[in-house]
Amino acid sequence: MNGTIHNEGTFLNKIAQNLGRAPITEGISVPVWKHAPQKEVLKHATQNDLVEELQEQSKRVHTQFHLTDSKQVVQCLKQVIEELGNGPLIIPKDDRFSDYGLADTLKEKGVHIWDHQAGQKNIEKAESANIGITFSEMTLAESATVVLFSSKDHGRSISFLPSCHVSIIPKSTIVPRMTQAAAAIRSKVTRGELVPSCINFITGPSNSADIEMDLVVGVHGPIQAVYIVVEDK
Amino acid sequence: MAMKTSSAKFKDRVDEGIQNDFMRLAVSSAQERLHGRRLTAVDELGSWEDWRSLGQEIRQHVLSNLDFYLHQLAENVSKRGGHVFFAETAEEASGYIKDVIIKKKAKKVVKSKSMVTEEINLNATLEAVGLDVVETDLGEYILQVDDHDPPSHIVAPALHKNKEQIRDVFKEKLAYTQTEKPEELTAHVRGVLRKDFLSADVGITGCNFAIADTGSIGLVTNEGNADLVTALPKTQITVMGMERLVPTFDEFEVLVSLLTRSAVGQRLTSYITALTGPRDEGDVDGPEEFHLVIVDNGRSSILGTEFQSVLQCIRCAACINVCPVYRQVGGHSYGSIYPGPIGAVLSPLLGGYDDFKELPYASTLCAACTDACPVKIPLHDLLRKHREVIVEKEKMAPLSEKIAMKAFGIGAASPMLYKFGSKIAPSAMSPFKTGDIISKGPGPLKTWTESREFPAPGKESFRDWFKNREKGGKPS
Repeated sequence: MNGTIHNEGTFLNKIAQNLGRAPITEGISVPVWKHAPQKEVLKHATQNDLVEELQEQSKRVHTQFHLTDSKQVVQCLKQVIEELGNGPLIIPKDDRFSDYGLADTLKEKGVHIWDHQAGQKNIEKAESANIGITFSEMTLAESATVVLFSSKDHGRSISFLPSCHVSIIPKSTIVPRMTQAAAAIRSKVTRGELVPSCINFITGPSNSADIEMDLVVGVHGPIQAVYIVVEDK
Repeated sequence: MAMKTSSAKFKDRVDEGIQNDFMRLAVSSAQERLHGRRLTAVDELGSWEDWRSLGQEIRQHVLSNLDFYLHQLAENVSKRGGHVFFAETAEEASGYIKDVIIKKKAKKVVKSKSMVTEEINLNATLEAVGLDVVETDLGEYILQVDDHDPPSHIVAPALHKNKEQIRDVFKEKLAYTQTEKPEELTAHVRGVLRKDFLSADVGITGCNFAIADTGSIGLVTNEGNADLVTALPKTQITVMGMERLVPTFDEFEVLVSLLTRSAVGQRLTSYITALTGPRDEGDVDGPEEFHLVIVDNGRSSILGTEFQSVLQCIRCAACINVCPVYRQVGGHSYGSIYPGPIGAVLSPLLGGYDDFKELPYASTLCAACTDACPVKIPLHDLLRKHREVIVEKEKMAPLSEKIAMKAFGIGAASPMLYKFGSKIAPSAMSPFKTGDIISKGPGPLKTWTESREFPAPGKESFRDWFKNREKGGKPS
């Protein structure tokens, strides 16, 4: 159902009047910009170069980085979970956990799988979870950023309420920077798809430098962040 | 808190700032760190001038077609089930928000940091009807706990306070028992605010950039507070200055890159979030109801004037972090929620010359602000234009300021003339060494020059001078 719009006419007329022309509500297209430096960043990097960049940048954003493959990923995740102090765990309802052979291990460790029919209970589970685990949809090498899309099976709380956030990164999702992620989202829009209600670009753990510009890691969101790159996915 | 943060006279505010050693040490050290981080982030990116030109081009295009993009934004927000309210004045904006909250029978409101909500005096409006309003950005929370101390910087609002002062405030107000270590102070706030996030009925955010063609709201934070503010309460209200939007995700990403590097020297901050409408069908978290309040409050009357470029601003505070005057007098001296060079340009335009006529004189016109601006706002030119308006049209400036303005105004035009200008400045002001005017001085210049030396114009650029300054952040 459409929402309401109040006072638009007078508001926009005033803008047009001050700009010294008649109001425009259609017919403007985004120009081709004269400069495009964003497209030059890591332009010639291979996929392996991007993994290296991601690894380097992960350090700078206080994020543990692991490189593994689909055979070893179970063991790697198990070890990460133990190092972070075990469960409770929370994950989105996402087939990739089974596809990567992780479902049994997660079950053993005590996992809550986001279930939209259970409503508010999911948020309580997320709040009491030690670790939230997600799959990155797109991964930005330059800034060491994972991108998550919300849905009824993937609640926003999973990556914010638990004390730790582990993100599994299929190597094929790694792109140079936010430019490529924005372009991918925009092409969905041009195809007529709706963007998810929440898109998160998450770079490491939460932090603040509000007290004397001293960096404190762990404010309102997760205190620790871990990336696991899966090479052959 | 509305735009105006103090009823004291400008000169008294400046005197108070200059005599506050705690504050000056905190400010100069913060300024150095932020400035250094920005230079590193900009250097490693390369092609910075191209980035700035792109930023400027995008912002200018949006401003020239602002009605088109706002219309597109409103249509797309509404298509996704969100409600849009266009507010011409601060009162209309805060009144609408108050009504929405009352209708929801809400009691507790959590907020993420937003300068425009300060501008429309939102907290006071909501508190007046008995609502519990909690700021969740760490810096804003510290100020709120300290009896609503005004912000002194638009990115790091509590930058004027040191950790011992914060510890003492927490001890007094929150029964805090630990030390002044930032880790401990922060962990305490995490515990207190987590309960507020979970029990709040309404979440209020500002908006870094709205995206017109998807109807999305972009939020940029490091703490993750904006995400909890928008994920947990049942109602979300987002307030945006009417110029804060971009055409598509492509331009969103460019401006976010400019913002995070310029503001805090990060490639991206920890959390960049694009929110579209209320929660989707079947979603468990995210708001059930979403309202977008688009605020004019004096902005439209800047359009089509010689000051239009100030609306390109993306609120990164890079200009504040390089300003030698801000360094000396601190944010509170400006008496506006918008301090520093951007505040000195914007405050008189939004709040009027009556309250803010001194601010354009709180500048050396050294142009460091213009150099630092990621979207190429000619800040020092705009400051000079303000002085012209004040002198020529408003007839408000004292004679001393008029002469000083001319001396520095000429100087700002070129490096050659700058040299000349600073040479003639002393003689331009010499007539005032007699009579009673000297005791008041030409604007804040007198108090300011008493406490420090001018950067030497000529051989050493301002940037080099700044870089080479004594480390450790002692006020010079």
